[in-house]
Amino acid sequence: MIFDDFLVRATLAGVGVALAAAPLGCFVVWRRMAFFGDATAHAAILGVALALLMSMSIFAGVLVVSLLMATIVSLLSGKGYAMDTLLGVMAHSSLALGLVAVSFVSGVRLDLMAYLFGDILAVGKADLAVIWGGAALVMALMGWRWSRLLTATLNADLAHASGIDPQREQLILTLSLAIVVAVALKVVGVLLIAALLIIPAAAARTLSRTPESMVLVAAMIGVAAAIGGLQTAYWFDTPTGPTIVSLAAALFALASVIASVGRTALRIMASRPERPS
Amino acid sequence: MRLLSIAGLDLALGGHPVLEDIHLDLDRGEIVTIVGPNGSGKTTLLKSIIGALAPQRGCIDKSPGMVIGYVPQRLHLDATLPMTVSRLMRLPRRRPTHEIDTALERAGVTQQASSQISDLSGGQFQRVLLARALLSSPDLLILDEATQGLDQQGMADFYRQIERVRQELGCAVLMVSHELHVVMRASDRVVCLNRSICCAGAPERVAASPEYRAMFGLDDEDALALYRHHHSPPSLEMSP
Repeated sequence: MIFDDFLVRATLAGVGVALAAAPLGCFVVWRRMAFFGDATAHAAILGVALALLMSMSIFAGVLVVSLLMATIVSLLSGKGYAMDTLLGVMAHSSLALGLVAVSFVSGVRLDLMAYLFGDILAVGKADLAVIWGGAALVMALMGWRWSRLLTATLNADLAHASGIDPQREQLILTLSLAIVVAVALKVVGVLLIAALLIIPAAAARTLSRTPESMVLVAAMIGVAAAIGGLQTAYWFDTPTGPTIVSLAAALFALASVIASVGRTALRIMASRPERPS
Repeated sequence: MRLLSIAGLDLALGGHPVLEDIHLDLDRGEIVTIVGPNGSGKTTLLKSIIGALAPQRGCIDKSPGMVIGYVPQRLHLDATLPMTVSRLMRLPRRRPTHEIDTALERAGVTQQASSQISDLSGGQFQRVLLARALLSSPDLLILDEATQGLDQQGMADFYRQIERVRQELGCAVLMVSHELHVVMRASDRVVCLNRSICCAGAPERVAASPEYRAMFGLDDEDALALYRHHHSPPSLEMSP
């Protein structure tokens, strides 16, 4: 059976997360929610601890805590704190609280590193099902609400005038973010989930002319980083999650260079005088 | 035909009253302009009409099935969001290309369909937003300081475009503006707003009213000079 190979399972897990992270990551970038993604991801470690203490599924624990975190941030914003201050407080205190809570988990020998940096090589068949189920759900949500999400991102008043409730669209994004955090936990760990959202989208920006092409390019870059990072980690025996993110960062640098070379070439071609034939 | 009827509307933002006891009716085919000093609640009134802000009291009756076209005061497009004109025109609903071309033509921007929004000038972007608002064949077109950042010529062109659109679509136009003299000429009715409506009516009547002059700090001579300067000779393009 093909799923018996751990490298195949890991690859499929990475690809699934990269595909779901692409559209969501674009929205995170467009709406300047990078810190928001970070805070939601950091809260996941608290979810892990609670799930272990209450012996429920890690996926469910992370999902609930991430959602809770996102809701609290949404409620507290606009209450006298700047958004980045608020997120800074929430992200790091939930991470710290999570690490403290994990120390209460006795009996189980807990590999904390696996949650902080991911453990993609240990993805089992059940994990794979959860990852692809979550990824498919997020992609379906994004596809279903695409135009509405995009209009709400463009301008809240413009959305209202078209009969779209921007707050509901924000809620959809928050929910999707929590799902992606929950499924990406196993792949890159809480510290690097935000990187997986933002870096492919940022790399795709300079190469795209429409929102849809940006998502497509981000998906390709994410998938390339996942597959390439996995292979690199396997051959050089490096930690997998960080290797995937490092490769994504390298692709970002490459995309920036390509874009600036392209712009320069266009400028040179435009300024070259017509040669008489 | 009555399109919109606002009665006894009160609206507060963060505990501060912004609008008080607003009554306003709007009929198909008329151009109504709201003028008022900064912070007088002009934008808030428009936002309550499009449903972005809920009033504390009073009601806004819209004729059933009324389509609103909205051009915001200033649209900041985040630099990270790539967007072409033709893609923006298809948000949130897909439209056939020929409809988009017609709308761009009506708004006076025909060459820019495949341009990036970030490459447009302020005036071009404003026209594209107008074209987008026209695409849904609105019954009511709402413009919030749509000519901000345009020069005199661009402004005059823009209002001529609005007049043409009104004639072609037969829609009502509700706009907010600072450019008093242009507004006076381009409107059927002017509403002076300063938290509540202090005077309303035909442009020449409003311009002559003491409330209007007090609001904009004009003495009689200034007001008359302003009015005469921009209203004589009797305007040809404003035939009823």
